[in-house]
Amino acid sequence: MSAALAEFIAREEGLAPGQVRVEGLRRLSGGSSRLMWSVDAEITEASGLRKLELVLRQDPPGRIAEGRMGLEFKVLAAAGGAGVPVPEVYWCDPSSSQLGAPFFAMERLAGETIPRRLLRDARYAEARAVLCRQLGAALAGIHAIDIETSEWTRALDRPARPGEAALSEVDRTAEGYRALALEPHPVLELAERWLRAHIPPAAPSLRLVHGDYRLGNFIFDEAGLVAVLDWELAHLGDPVEDLAWLCVRAWRFGNDDLPAAGLGTREALIEAYREAGGPPVDLGALCFWEVLSNFKLALVFISQARAYLDGAHPTVELASLGRRIAEPEAELLTLMEDAG
Amino acid sequence: MNDRPDARELLEAVRRFLADEAVPALGGHLGYQARVAANVVAMVARELESESEQLEAEWRGLAELLAFAGDPPADPQVVREQILEGNESLVQRIRAGDADEGPWRQAIFRHLRQTVDAKLIVARGRAGER
Repeated sequence: MSAALAEFIAREEGLAPGQVRVEGLRRLSGGSSRLMWSVDAEITEASGLRKLELVLRQDPPGRIAEGRMGLEFKVLAAAGGAGVPVPEVYWCDPSSSQLGAPFFAMERLAGETIPRRLLRDARYAEARAVLCRQLGAALAGIHAIDIETSEWTRALDRPARPGEAALSEVDRTAEGYRALALEPHPVLELAERWLRAHIPPAAPSLRLVHGDYRLGNFIFDEAGLVAVLDWELAHLGDPVEDLAWLCVRAWRFGNDDLPAAGLGTREALIEAYREAGGPPVDLGALCFWEVLSNFKLALVFISQARAYLDGAHPTVELASLGRRIAEPEAELLTLMEDAG
Repeated sequence: MNDRPDARELLEAVRRFLADEAVPALGGHLGYQARVAANVVAMVARELESESEQLEAEWRGLAELLAFAGDPPADPQVVREQILEGNESLVQRIRAGDADEGPWRQAIFRHLRQTVDAKLIVARGRAGER
């Protein structure tokens, strides 16, 4: 794989094969839907030696999502261009000809991604003090990315009915649930019924939505946010969707009095988002999207259990996730009781 | 009857091996998988401990909500099947709007809170936070 990668980089950079050396290739943990590799490249040019520390993001061979890797590469490039903190992206091979599956290469940033360390370790005290604000501001930056005049945005998923992003998302989630559920889930049925009775007014305009904006998908260091990762679920939608997903209990890791990722209050998150230019946020709409987020999280766990049981991906990790369905179920009961 | 160690004691041996030896020795991606495996073994041990109680409580909760009489059958497999049927009935009644408001909605929330907490205690050793 290293030789094929060196050859690919040389071709992309317009260099002779001998001018690129690749070493230290190893698989990184995490990412059940994508493979992640760490690798270093040394590029010998007339001007001298250039060393690049890289992360490769790759479809698992045999489970290739056609076109998605190329799209994620373009989303990251656009986010970087708009000033959103993301790793710099270098090259993309949307075909499988180089490494057996589509991949792209990006800058390997120093920092930490493990939420429990962020929320517990003394060395991240300063980061904890500023991250809620930084996450709100970065989200406003994402939602300000131009989706009107860019060609690449045409390939993004979007609501079936643009004026009804919330209802479209409820329909999509409910369909997925009915297709995949292995047993009856009365809590999820109550949630679906509640959602259909509480559809909020339509967002004034659709935005680029990250789609998985939560602890675990951020690189941070002692000073706070370094980069937003994992853009594979980016789509066009209601911007409140991202704010609500960040507030899901599962990403608070026990810091339950601070709903926004265990780092701040909902109000502080919204204030930071608004100050950085984000559109107004209605608290009722946020509550709706939090209920929908927990319904979606239950569906994620159901589909992971299913991938294990169907034999598509027989790992102990996926097997265990089926038993986490109870977490969003408990949260759905609480949210519906609180909302009355 | 089998000799000691019993099932619980055997599982504890596997859990300890995974958590205390495999995780540190493997590190990285495999170490993470080993940690997950250790947690799964602990979950199974909790399930063996409490499942019969859990099934009985859920069966009785459904019996009250759906107004059927009697006691849970002796065979746990039959209890599981009847719980699945009961939950299917709940789902149908929720879809029909029976749980949209009123005392039955409150009763169903109480029952579901109890069953979800029981699942969480098995899955991670503690009930849900409010």
